[in-house]
Amino acid sequence: MSNVVLDVRAVSKNYGSFALRDVSFSIPKGYIMGLIGPNGAGKTTLIHLILNLLRRDSGEIQVFGLDNIADDSAIKQQVGVVFDSVPYVEDWKVKDVGKAMSLFYDGWNQSRFLELAEKFHLDMGKKVKELSRGMQTKLMLACALAHEAKLLILDEPTSGMDPVARDELMDMLRQYIADGEKSVLFSTHITSDLERAADFITYIRNGQLFFTGPTDEFLDEWRLLKGGRNDLTNELREKIVGLREHHAGFDGLVKAKNFPVPPDGCVLDQASIEDIMLYTAKEAMPS
Amino acid sequence: MKIIISNSSPLPIYEQIKQQVKAAILSGELKENEPLPSLRELAKDLKISVLTTMRAYNELEQEGFVTSIQGKGYYVMPRGSQLMQEQFLREVERALEEAVKAAAMANISGEQLMEMLKLLLEVE
Repeated sequence: MSNVVLDVRAVSKNYGSFALRDVSFSIPKGYIMGLIGPNGAGKTTLIHLILNLLRRDSGEIQVFGLDNIADDSAIKQQVGVVFDSVPYVEDWKVKDVGKAMSLFYDGWNQSRFLELAEKFHLDMGKKVKELSRGMQTKLMLACALAHEAKLLILDEPTSGMDPVARDELMDMLRQYIADGEKSVLFSTHITSDLERAADFITYIRNGQLFFTGPTDEFLDEWRLLKGGRNDLTNELREKIVGLREHHAGFDGLVKAKNFPVPPDGCVLDQASIEDIMLYTAKEAMPS
Repeated sequence: MKIIISNSSPLPIYEQIKQQVKAAILSGELKENEPLPSLRELAKDLKISVLTTMRAYNELEQEGFVTSIQGKGYYVMPRGSQLMQEQFLREVERALEEAVKAAAMANISGEQLMEMLKLLLEVE
């Protein structure tokens, strides 16, 4: 197996009203990739395509070097999944979930499951529906980690979690990849979770790939430009993405390479992942 | 070794790591052939991404402060290595320049300055 754990190549899916077009990215072994994009951008569709819960129209998806459709069951044994809602029967108790999973996964490690349940303070006797959002996510995570998955795919795991639980989750993911053998794909709206933890970012907008690469490069590519109304020349206007004009001035996103120094009277700031998403979500992008 | 990441620093995180490792090497806190903290452990401890840490370590390697041994990790280069020597040389030059400037400001002659240096060397 090569060092690429997940390889998505030119994948498309057309629903009529919505289409995912020609999306490509890959995750090397031992890293965390954040999948970001506004609601309806196609993040969940993409995850469902990877997990073979949806059929792609065209393109190729390889997981551990295997075709995700032809080798579906071999792949599923080594992939852990955390969705934004629990896929287990609501009336099952935590221990029943463990039992059901042990039947499905060859590599199920019951003592690891019990150990994780204790660490997460999961009550074996509680029913799935009695658990809080955060606890349900932890239950899914315990299941994912107890079958020795090599790739974790998480779809919006932190929505509905408080900051403490989110911090714990991020720590757990860092711990998970620490041996360099495992990888994580993580979709989220809460981009601050990714700012430091994610090695790579894949940003999808309107069903199309906007960026994929190291998080540092993504952040280095853009700057926030702020200035007064009089500073905004027509020439400047053309270079600004998501321009916002207000009474006291203007702001918007610019390519860092176009502005080694700020124009007269203006300020150039570092942009966060969230800034980049906010400003680029507004309009069609020039190159 | 102590490494502190500041959120309010204008320096990017990898640069903060680099500077602190360099300082530890130059001060002798990290001795020659001593291993740097494991890249993945450090990322986990500082709650930063592996790539960020890797960038810091790679640049330290390019600048000749550390060397990486495949499958083992990063180690501090022996002090005798040329690049390290140059770093120290620059450090010394900078300090001497400071001394010359300060001497000029205080109207201390070159001869007096040399005397002071000689005295210092004897004490050492």
